[in-house]
Amino acid sequence: MITLEHYLVLAALLFSISVAGIFLNRKNVIVLLMCIELMLLAVNINFIAFSFFLQDLAGQVFVFFILTVAAAEAAIGLAILVLLFRNRGTINVQDLDAMKG
Amino acid sequence: MTFELILFYVFGAILLGGALAMISVRNPVHAALFLVVCFVAAAAIWLLAEAEFLGIVLVLVYVGAVMVLFLFVVMMLDINLAKLREGFTEYLPVGIVVALAMATVLVLVITRYITMEVPERAGPEYANTEALGAILYTDYVYPFEIAAVILLVAIIAAISLTMRKRPDNKSIDPGQQMAVSRDDRVRMVAMPSEKKRAPRRDAQGPARGTSDGDASK
Repeated sequence: MITLEHYLVLAALLFSISVAGIFLNRKNVIVLLMCIELMLLAVNINFIAFSFFLQDLAGQVFVFFILTVAAAEAAIGLAILVLLFRNRGTINVQDLDAMKG
Repeated sequence: MTFELILFYVFGAILLGGALAMISVRNPVHAALFLVVCFVAAAAIWLLAEAEFLGIVLVLVYVGAVMVLFLFVVMMLDINLAKLREGFTEYLPVGIVVALAMATVLVLVITRYITMEVPERAGPEYANTEALGAILYTDYVYPFEIAAVILLVAIIAAISLTMRKRPDNKSIDPGQQMAVSRDDRVRMVAMPSEKKRAPRRDAQGPARGTSDGDASK
């Protein structure tokens, strides 16, 4: 019998792994974007688990919208990445200091 | 241990293994492919939680569209991998410590404070897609339309960001062609009409004839 804790622990471990991925690959923007996708996946697993255990479909509707927004985010993020590479010739986060922020 | 639980552990192990491989491989193409593995395993876990529609959407939309976009961009860019890997070992201890601390806290909270009864499995007559559609197009119809607008904004933003004018392209803007008026193309030149000079034409006549004759020889 799969309990709620199984799903939540799995999602928590996945989220921790993607946080570690953001720390490890902090120079590569593409892998950073992939780690954000992984984080959203972990959050979605939580939503799905609660939707099942509370017998409420609202959680699945939320996952639907999160998937939509994540797809839009990936499309715009990759477009910015292509533009960045075309203009600067690099995707190293350390080199993206034109704004001196 | 039931069969469900075995499936859960198998797909959970694939999910976590794929995630660990994704954050640690050197090549971004391999990272994208490991992320595909993660998505497929997560879709299987969603199926176990009776979210059939979203599980299939995850495979179709995420693996089929978003990850292909990722792979396309990764392969299009000519990246210096060695430079991007600098500092990987430097940040490895920090990353491990942060991840372990976070995982420990989350797991402790989850296992101590959150318990819920396992609901009955739905029967074979239950259709997840139908139930989801029934509330999506009634209670959530305005958020649904906003989601459509967000996708439209994403399309326009992605296209307008990456579109560029090619200098070697010789095509002409059709709008510019249609906007042309007669004055841009035809120039009317005011010239005085030629006057009749009868005696001079008579004098030229024979001379022209001789020059023609010379040319034909």
